Amino acid sequence: MFPRPIDQVSPAVRIAYKLALPVALILWLLPLLGVAMTSLKPASDLARGNYFGWPSHLAFSNYADVFRNSPIAHYIWNSFRVTIPTVIGAVALSCMTGFALAIYKFRFNLLVFFVFVAGNFVPFQILMVPVRDLTLHMGLYNTTTGLALFHIAFQTGFCTLFMRNFIKALPNELIEAARVEGVSEVQIFWYVVLPLMRPAIAALSVLVFTFIWNDYFWATVLTTGSSTQPVTAGLYSLNGQWVAQWQLVSAGSIVAALPPVLMFFAMQRHFIAGLTLGAVK
Amino acid sequence: MSAPTASRSGYWRRNQRALAPLLFVAPGALMFTVYVVLPIFRSMSISFYDWDGMGVKKWIGLANYAELWSDPAFVVSLENNVIWLVLYMLAVPAGLFIAIFLNQNTRGIRIYKSLFFFPFVISQVVVGLIFSWFYAPGFGLFFKLTQLFDPAGIALLADERYATYGIIAAGLWPQIAYCMILYLTGLNNVAPDQVEAARLDGAKGWRMLWYVILPQLRPATFIAVVVTVIGALRSFDLVSIMTQGGPYGSTRVLSYYMYEEALSEYGYRMGYGAAIAVVLFAIMMVFISGFIWKMYRDETER
Repeated sequence: MFPRPIDQVSPAVRIAYKLALPVALILWLLPLLGVAMTSLKPASDLARGNYFGWPSHLAFSNYADVFRNSPIAHYIWNSFRVTIPTVIGAVALSCMTGFALAIYKFRFNLLVFFVFVAGNFVPFQILMVPVRDLTLHMGLYNTTTGLALFHIAFQTGFCTLFMRNFIKALPNELIEAARVEGVSEVQIFWYVVLPLMRPAIAALSVLVFTFIWNDYFWATVLTTGSSTQPVTAGLYSLNGQWVAQWQLVSAGSIVAALPPVLMFFAMQRHFIAGLTLGAVK
Repeated sequence: MSAPTASRSGYWRRNQRALAPLLFVAPGALMFTVYVVLPIFRSMSISFYDWDGMGVKKWIGLANYAELWSDPAFVVSLENNVIWLVLYMLAVPAGLFIAIFLNQNTRGIRIYKSLFFFPFVISQVVVGLIFSWFYAPGFGLFFKLTQLFDPAGIALLADERYATYGIIAAGLWPQIAYCMILYLTGLNNVAPDQVEAARLDGAKGWRMLWYVILPQLRPATFIAVVVTVIGALRSFDLVSIMTQGGPYGSTRVLSYYMYEEALSEYGYRMGYGAAIAVVLFAIMMVFISGFIWKMYRDETER
């Protein structure tokens, strides 16, 4: 193990390490802690210049105000309406593309795979004008459907890379054995491969959920107004309205960040497994 | 009625090994073609036109590209992209450093690892707001710190000289977390016997890291570099949230400038915007090709 395990070194170093851990963490999360604390301060504290001290009392009312005086609840609802169909759509499509590209040898197999991989890395701006145009022509501009359709298509690139490599690592004998038994190709997909893909499906679902929830660029390009905009774009316009009301900006930020954070802590193992794919040989 | 069905299913049965891949790949490939592959080529063609997004397109050849070279805003954006790219790379060693710091088995270390990773899970919009508050002139924590050196304090995001660096620092926060998690996974898979053998040979500290550990971390380093380059060139959210390209356009990057030209109150110059996007795409393609080339080598080796 590298570095040397801490219980094999001198007691002094061990104690220093255990002290350094929380200090480092607090420094690392300092901006976030500041915002969390600000979100609980009554407006009067900020007016008096109490920016760093403890709140004079815990003003949970900031959170109530955010919900009462802004359409943030609707923004959050819109985020769900974009994110959940995208997760289902992109994972479903990539289960199929990943299966096809991992199991079958056919001409252009690698080419198709590399198009998915390369497309996943292109800058969004090269897609912006045509995708906005396409969405307008389909009558889906400023709808959550239009936004979700684009996300499904784009995320299929990353998900295909992930799924294909995952299926490629499954033992090929399973599929050969099923073929000898006369199982059809569609049944092999449904009954043999798909049940083994559960960990990959879980990992991709949490990752795509986080990516799409946090998307800001496409939300501003394809939607406008509080009836359709997801919470990232909504927060940006609320920030404009709440000039210098940092207790509201902070509370709103924390509310907007919460769903992916909860998702991360609930599904941590899958999340990290998905993110670090390829980081080890 | 049953005869054609039977023959069709017979055809299917005989050819399913050839047909199944097409069937499975088609829906995903269709979506990806319509929304990703074709738009790339459409953007390229739009970049040769003068177009406001609604009216008639007017062919102007390379005029948009010619204009780029004499456009000071474009040059500033390009320079800023280079600064982003270079400074963003700090995320890789910084992530490695934190990963080494956290790669222990003490009690509660798991929760430390998750909390260090935390910034990556938060949306960049929220990261941008958090750092705007951190830098805020008058009361921001960072502003207070600068007052120790300069009584007037430094309003980071309002100062042309520093604003871009302030945004990059905000971007590094989640990016370091990402690199850290890649390296933690990598360190977890370092062969223990090699480390022990090297230790018996007297290797430790930097020499151990350089000659024994880093070579084994190469896959993690590769992915970390790739995601950091892509992240640097994709930077849009933070610029939009924290400065909107200001003050005086000093924090623009290509991705933001393109958006400004094509789709904002500054005008709907879709053709010119597309030309900026093509330049950004060309820069990105250099890195993407490298990545694909390495994947191709790995695939054909197997």
